[in-house]
Amino acid sequence: MLFFIARRLAQSILVMLTVALIAFTLFQYVGDPINNMVDQDTTLAERERLRQELGLNDPPPVQFWHFVQRVSHGDFGVSYRLKKPVAGLIAERFPATMELSLISAILALGIGIPMGVYTALHRDRLPARLFMTLSLVGISLPTFLIGIFLILLFGVQLRWLPTFGRGEVVHIGWWSTGLLTKSGLQSLLMPAFTLAVFQMTLIVRLVRAEMLEVLRTDYIKFARARGLKTRAIHFGHALKNTLVPVITIIGLQVGSIIAFAIITESVFQWPGMGLLFIQAISEVDIPVMAAYLLLIALVFVIINLIVDILYFVIDPRLRVNK
Amino acid sequence: MSAADKQDAPQSALARFFDSDLWWSFTHSPVVMLAALVTVVIIFSAVFAPWVAPYNPFDLAQLDLMDSLKPPAWLEGGDPRYLLGTDDQGRDIFSTILYGARISLLVGFLSVIVAMLIGVTVGLIAGYAGGLTDTILMRIADIQLTFPAILIALLVDGVMRGLLPGSHENLAIFVLVLAIALSSWVQYARTVRSSTLVERTREYVQAAQVIGLPAPLILVRHILPNVLGPVLVIATIQLALAIIIEATLSFLGVGVPPTSPSLGTLIRIGNDYLFSGEWWITVFPGLGLIILVLAVNLLGDWLRDALNPKLR
Repeated sequence: MLFFIARRLAQSILVMLTVALIAFTLFQYVGDPINNMVDQDTTLAERERLRQELGLNDPPPVQFWHFVQRVSHGDFGVSYRLKKPVAGLIAERFPATMELSLISAILALGIGIPMGVYTALHRDRLPARLFMTLSLVGISLPTFLIGIFLILLFGVQLRWLPTFGRGEVVHIGWWSTGLLTKSGLQSLLMPAFTLAVFQMTLIVRLVRAEMLEVLRTDYIKFARARGLKTRAIHFGHALKNTLVPVITIIGLQVGSIIAFAIITESVFQWPGMGLLFIQAISEVDIPVMAAYLLLIALVFVIINLIVDILYFVIDPRLRVNK
Repeated sequence: MSAADKQDAPQSALARFFDSDLWWSFTHSPVVMLAALVTVVIIFSAVFAPWVAPYNPFDLAQLDLMDSLKPPAWLEGGDPRYLLGTDDQGRDIFSTILYGARISLLVGFLSVIVAMLIGVTVGLIAGYAGGLTDTILMRIADIQLTFPAILIALLVDGVMRGLLPGSHENLAIFVLVLAIALSSWVQYARTVRSSTLVERTREYVQAAQVIGLPAPLILVRHILPNVLGPVLVIATIQLALAIIIEATLSFLGVGVPPTSPSLGTLIRIGNDYLFSGEWWITVFPGLGLIILVLAVNLLGDWLRDALNPKLR
């Protein structure tokens, strides 16, 4: 097991270095960093001195090493567009994205798992068929269109919910939360649901497939033979064993929720990291792009590592085989 | 599907196709036939948009600002000349949808083809070479598979836009195609690799090796035709995904430029008019996109189930 974790760790570090190399290449080949720092009055000699000081005349591998060192200390440079340190910008927007992702993950699980269980247990009833059809439509609906249609219905036609921003936020230390005010909660409703729909359809299909698989196994038959209540069999035995693979998939889904947050944040002008990234792409704001790239890669690598280790913790069979 | 039939027996290919299980399951599923019909109609009217569309929305001579922001024909204030209404520049929405679907389908098909080329090549090489080559290629595929396709497309698009500043108006479509292709080649690579692993040990491959054919020739002429079946199924399912990714990137403003709008770009443009009540500029391109994706998805699902012997 230790060997397995060590190998995964080495692989994760390799992934991070690759992403760092991409980010570094961006810095190298897009524009001249000096031009982004000085004004037109700066003489050539001064520019050259600055260049020397910043180590821009060093060979690329040395520069890459310095880049990795800076980044690992959380120093991503200064945004070209907003002229502020990138680390601060990200920290400012981090809570918004995290709250949105967390609430929509809860929504997706809270609705998706019961729907999946229901469609598996009552396969031929009308609601189950309806859920399955809805989930196919859900997969075919692009996330941004769900958001737009929600805005049209609840924001423009009915005027029930605010259509952009986070509403009022309360600051607790450096964390800003919209969960404690009425307008904050109202603003959260539509973006969180939009973000949850796609994950929800995946979870429904996954739970259904796994549950059907488990219900066919011998120990369910024996549980029935022992005269256990249907309820105990379904929830105590079947659902419990269904959840092992579901948990790992959900772990991986956390990453894609953060990725899809880019789209949702853009539709609802939600002031999170995804919106920052989209604006950075259209303005070619390299420091912000690079920082987001590295941050997302780090989140994914950590989640994957946790999921891999969880496999060993949850499923004893894997430990015996290796 | 019919391509494989033709190779076996050119004279009776059509007859054999109509006799096949595939055709039987097709004619016995009304939903699938409807999806196929919708897909064909959309592809046809998109390809022949200049002849099908009532107006050319990009011909400035035909535009009249007096006609701008007209609601759909059946609403009050609507103009019978413009069935689905007009946008802020007086362009007929129905025509822009047809021209937009053209761009969406073009990007979709191109990126599926490029992804297929990359994926099939990687899969063939990994499966045939084995050893270290296989390990490295499949490790890369594994790592990429843990990231959602849309995120990879967005990152590749962003990075390439960064690397090619200034000129990206013209290159936007190519950048987009490459970004989507690079985000979706893994599916093909994995499938082709696993079938290549099986085919490699077959007698016909050994025979080809014994008579001294070079490896690339064996791969392309002998193994490739035998591993292509599942690839076509993946391609159909990936087409829907590629269209969604294209629309999403265009909606986010990093896809195709507004000078040649796709369905996603149209929705982005219309989004600005949502709050002033001109909902039709957004809603109709949106519905068009949903219908297209749903039809292609249904076809892909059916093709996968019909060709999968395990499910019969």
